[in-house]
Amino acid sequence: MKSHILRPLWVVLALIGITLIARAIIVPPDFGIHEKGYTYGWYRKGNEEDWKAVKIKYQTREYCKDCHAVQYKRVVSSRHAKVQCENCHSPAIDHPEKPEKLNIDRSRELCLRCHAYMPYRPVKYAELRTGTITLKMQDPDTHNPDMECMSCHSAHDASFK
Amino acid sequence: MEVHGELWTLKEFFVYPNEYIYWSLQIVMYPFMTGLVAGAFVLSSLYHVFGRKELKDMARFSLTFSYALLLAAPMPLLFHLQKPLRGFNVFFTPHFTSAIAAFGIVFFLYASIVASEIWFVNRKFFVESAINFRNAEGLGNRIKGFVYRVWTLGAYDISEESLKKDERAVKILAGIGIPAACFLHGYAGFIFGSVKANALWMTPLMPVIFIMSAIVSGIALCMLTYIIIMQIRKVVILRKRKPWMTSAEEVRSVEIDAIKMTSKYLIFFMVMAITLELLDLVFRGYTALKHWDILRVVIYSRDFFNIFIIQYGIGTILPLIIFLMPRLTIRRATIGLFLVLVGVFMMRWNVVIGGQAFSLTFSGYMDYILPVIPYNYDTFKEGVGGALLILFMPFFFLWILNKLIPVVDSTNRVIENK
Amino acid sequence: MNFDRREFLKAGFKTILATGFSLGAFEILRPEVLAALKKEEGIRWTFLVDTTKCIGCGMCVRACKLENEIPYEVNVSRTWVERYVMTKDGRIYADSPNAARDGFIKNDPMGTMVKKEDIDKAFFVPKLCNQCENPPCVQVCPVGATYQTPDGIVLIDRKWCIGCGYCIMACPYGVRFFHPVYKVAEKCNFCYHRINKGMKPACVDACAFGARMIGNIRDLGDPVARIIKTERTAVLKEEYGTKPHVFYIGLDSIVR
Repeated sequence: MKSHILRPLWVVLALIGITLIARAIIVPPDFGIHEKGYTYGWYRKGNEEDWKAVKIKYQTREYCKDCHAVQYKRVVSSRHAKVQCENCHSPAIDHPEKPEKLNIDRSRELCLRCHAYMPYRPVKYAELRTGTITLKMQDPDTHNPDMECMSCHSAHDASFK
Repeated sequence: MEVHGELWTLKEFFVYPNEYIYWSLQIVMYPFMTGLVAGAFVLSSLYHVFGRKELKDMARFSLTFSYALLLAAPMPLLFHLQKPLRGFNVFFTPHFTSAIAAFGIVFFLYASIVASEIWFVNRKFFVESAINFRNAEGLGNRIKGFVYRVWTLGAYDISEESLKKDERAVKILAGIGIPAACFLHGYAGFIFGSVKANALWMTPLMPVIFIMSAIVSGIALCMLTYIIIMQIRKVVILRKRKPWMTSAEEVRSVEIDAIKMTSKYLIFFMVMAITLELLDLVFRGYTALKHWDILRVVIYSRDFFNIFIIQYGIGTILPLIIFLMPRLTIRRATIGLFLVLVGVFMMRWNVVIGGQAFSLTFSGYMDYILPVIPYNYDTFKEGVGGALLILFMPFFFLWILNKLIPVVDSTNRVIENK
Repeated sequence: MNFDRREFLKAGFKTILATGFSLGAFEILRPEVLAALKKEEGIRWTFLVDTTKCIGCGMCVRACKLENEIPYEVNVSRTWVERYVMTKDGRIYADSPNAARDGFIKNDPMGTMVKKEDIDKAFFVPKLCNQCENPPCVQVCPVGATYQTPDGIVLIDRKWCIGCGYCIMACPYGVRFFHPVYKVAEKCNFCYHRINKGMKPACVDACAFGARMIGNIRDLGDPVARIIKTERTAVLKEEYGTKPHVFYIGLDSIVR
């Protein structure tokens, strides 16, 4: 006589079987244990390429210099030499195709990010090739509070207009 | 647009910008529900494995209820997941260094054990019903008949000899089931206890504390539901008196006996739970590591009401007094059991929400604003509405199971079908 | 199917062995020195933050959010800058409003105006993902949706993440959050798309003060590697055993 005792076990095994079949269909073939072992390297290898393919938005100054040679030369020879164009002009992405025009931030708030006076801001600035200079800081409440910085200062030359 | 968690998080002092209460009410519900599952099963196993005859009545009921709870237990997780449709990935590509992945497998195994046990316990009933409904008229009855035929799994042998085999299988399954239930809920504790980044959660005692309070809550819920069902039966018996039915008086005496017996186990596990929790607290205070400063503020002042008034006062000490006082009545037991459930729920709350009440900076706090009235999908599913829905689900499943399986005892049911 | 049982068991066994018998004898040495001793090939990306140069302009945060498409108005960010102000009465003010997306333009730590004379010390600390050698966030991912690449960067598979948030809970540095649009875990990856094309991360490019640097710790000629090996640097929350790979110059004990 056949015993019925194992019947639930067959049901469970069938469920496991279905899961394994579904797994074979759904899980991408490049999912597995990679270089860093099971603890840190259990993943879909193709995802690395997904991340590498992310669109670059900030193209850096090298991207700007051929078309905007004049401004480029002005900036790199000024005390703003280490400030990237895109910090104020917004990310280039595929400019000049897309976007055709960049969104330039001329606001006081942008300048104040570096030039607002705070007692604990490092004063010595040694990033320039020409030597150490002092970081120019102003108290925004007393330094011509109603005026735009750009009306007197030139960002490209880091000096007065 | 806002980040998940921002709607119910209030930050104070210095908190990292990305910190929010990401694990909210549904993560409180989840260990609470799995705890009920584990506890209900352990209660039924006390009869099947250790031959605690006094628990016979409770055993059959708590086994079926355990299954109803089991069906509802993954629901809080699905409500919590940001990508619930991908939940099955846990079974497809389990990463066993994660407590949650292991939980998926343990949960499945445990569900299989409970389902198999229910099958063995009710096999005679399935076969008899399948035969009874073989030539039944009407769509409803034909569906029922089909369900029973499937549930027999083709095993129609209900001879004395094969029923003996069933009993032995139940015993073995209940035996495997107890460690599985503890494992299941120990893992829920491990999910929290192993997070080294969280100063409140990280303790090796966490899994044990979780198992103890799980058993407490499971026993309490089984007793409470048992009382409710017995009350309903009494009303039914008084309405339509039939000669073969037991009298209301008999039901009452059986009921209070079962409750008294079970409450002894409840008290034992409650004492174990509170002992471990206090040990944990004392140890933290005594060793006073770097994070103790902020933990002390959270435990003794910010969460004082939740921890010491609701969880320990109303949820532990008060019910202990209720059960230890002589001449236990059904009404008193009902109040005590309800308070126990509140206490265990608050323990989950204080672990999950309390663990996120302070920042990783150890110099800031986060307050949880429970979303009561939902105003979008997030605040519904992770608010009071979602939690109530989940709390209601096991009873819904029990109602359905009760239509198909004799939940309390089988003697009357077969006769009724004729 | 790439689920080779033998490989799986072997790897699991290796993990168990490795946790038990790691190079315990070398534990006094720091990970970067260890890496050099083991003479590992290839790149291991490492970040260096010079807090003494940071002025809290927050241009890095802004660049990061735009480069990596983190909704600008939402209060989460892959990188952020913290301000610490310790006054003469021993009070510590620390804040990072809006993750310092708009920089610090007022002397108002935690909304309080602090007088110059009252300040004992104050400074800014940029934060980002530490790309730990032992990332606890990866360890706890139940589905293998976050992982460590061979060059040491921890990435998240947006197509596989179930959004359980366990990794967010496991990170001691609070760098992870749910992406408001994709609804999956999100964090800094050193701009993986940029560093693999020979560029620098957006935050490094945006910093006009040279406070942020990136390099390869295994390359002896690399300036970042040289600074880490020859100067006094520190990492954050070393006690968690995560072996972070973001090194700091000028770190202080009040930094959280």
